Amino acid sequence: MHLTLEFGGGLELLCGSVKTHSVDVKSEPGEHELKMRDLLSWTKSNLIKERPEMFMKGNTVRPGVLVLINDCDWELCGGLDTELEEKDVVVFISTLHGG
Amino acid sequence: MEDGNASARPRRATGRLCSICNQRKAALKRPKTLEQICRECFYSVFEDEIHSVIVDNNLFRPGERVAVAASGGKDSTVLAYVMSQLNCRHNYGLDLFLLSVDEGITGYRDDSLETVKRNEIEYGLPLKVVSYKDLYGWTMDEIVKTIGLKNNCTFCGVFRRQALDRGAALMEADKIVTGHNADDIAETVLLNILRGDIARLSRCTFITTGEDGPIPRCKPFKYSYEKEIVMYAYFKKLDYFSTECIYSPNAYRGFAREFIKDLERIRPRAILDIIKSGENFRIATSTKMPEQGTCVRCGYISSQKLCKACLLLEGLNRGLPKLGIGRTRGSNGVKKHVEHRNSNTEVSDSNLESKQCGTLNF
Repeated sequence: MHLTLEFGGGLELLCGSVKTHSVDVKSEPGEHELKMRDLLSWTKSNLIKERPEMFMKGNTVRPGVLVLINDCDWELCGGLDTELEEKDVVVFISTLHGG
Repeated sequence: MEDGNASARPRRATGRLCSICNQRKAALKRPKTLEQICRECFYSVFEDEIHSVIVDNNLFRPGERVAVAASGGKDSTVLAYVMSQLNCRHNYGLDLFLLSVDEGITGYRDDSLETVKRNEIEYGLPLKVVSYKDLYGWTMDEIVKTIGLKNNCTFCGVFRRQALDRGAALMEADKIVTGHNADDIAETVLLNILRGDIARLSRCTFITTGEDGPIPRCKPFKYSYEKEIVMYAYFKKLDYFSTECIYSPNAYRGFAREFIKDLERIRPRAILDIIKSGENFRIATSTKMPEQGTCVRCGYISSQKLCKACLLLEGLNRGLPKLGIGRTRGSNGVKKHVEHRNSNTEVSDSNLESKQCGTLNF
C-alpha cells in the first residue's frame, strides 16, 4: 500500500531531518487491512533512526504527538484501529518542542 | 482530502459532520469540549475564545504599544498571527511589534531568528532583536564554554527574562504578550507545588503579571490548549521553527510535561482543572513572603540585594560561575553567597516562570 508520511514539529529530526516520506507498506501476512497500529510499528522500525521514545510510548504515539490522517485528527477516525487506504497521507506532529 | 470513494465503503471519518455548523466534515476533536468540529469553525472558536479572554480580562487599552515575545516557535508564531488578526478585526488599536532575544546559540537561535524575520514580513509587524552579547557581554555559546552543560539553562532562563524586559523598555512598549498556553501553565502549577514554591505558585496562574512594574506581561493563550495551537498552525500553514535547543532541555520540566500529556490523554479537561486549582490556592496571611525590592546594581525587580542576572553575571565575570546557582534563602542569601563563594550544589534554581531553555516565552 502506497502512503505518504509527514513528520513535523521536530519529529523529522528523528528520521534524518526528512519531513515527507513516500512509502510502500505491506500489511501483515494473512491480514487484509493495514491499521494505524501496524503503521506505527512499521514506522518505528523503518523510518525512525534515533530516539524512538520521542515518537512512541507503549503501543501508541507518545502523548503530545498529534496524528492526522488526510488532514483529519485521528481521534475522529478511530485512532489505532483506523484502517488505512491506498494513497492516504498520515501526518505526525510533535507538540513537545518549545514555543 | 475529500473521500472520493465514500459511497463504496463506509470510511472512518466520513459522515462525521462538524457539531457546530453541521455542514462540513469534522477535522479535529477539541480537547477542551470534546466537540468534533470542522476547520472553519475551529478557526472561529479558537480566535473568538482568545478575543473573549482579552476582553474579559481587560488585557489591553487602546493605543498601547505591545511587544509580542517571538521566538519563532509554534506558540509565539501563532500568537503573533492571532494578535495581529484580532487587533484589526476588533479594533483594539494596539501598536504591535515582535520582540526576539538572541541568546547567541549557533545552529539554534540563528535559525529560529530567520523564522521570526519571515514572520516580520508576512504579518507586517516590525521586529526588534536584543542579544545576550549586547546586554550581558556573553553569548550562551561562550557561557557554555565556561560553565559546561550543567546549570546553563538557569543562566539562559534568568537572562532571557530580563532581556525581554529590557528590549521592551528600549522600544518603549507598554506591555509584553507571551505565548504561554494552558499546558504550560498547568505544568508550571505542578512544578511549583513539587518545589514548594509558594510565591510563584500564587503568581503563575495570573493572566497578567508585573502590573506594579514598568512593563506588565500577559498571556492571551492562558486557556488555549497546545493541541489546538499546533493544529491551528498546521491548518493555517504558519511557518514556525521546532528544533530543540542544542543545550540539553530542562529534564525536571520535561517530567512534568510528560505527566500533563499523560493526564490529557485520559481526561483532556485535567489541564484546565489544574489551572483552576492553581488559581484557587490561597496563602495564609500569616505566611511570610519574600519582599520585592530592586537590584542595587541594575534596578531590576528583585527580592534580594542583587537580582539573579547580576549575581550570575558577577560569577561569570569573576570566574566563579557557580555563584548564584542554587537556592538563596532570606535576604542574606546574596551576601552569604558572595562571602563564601562556595558552590551550592542544591537543585539548581531554574527559572520556573520560563519554559525550557531556548524558548522565548515566560
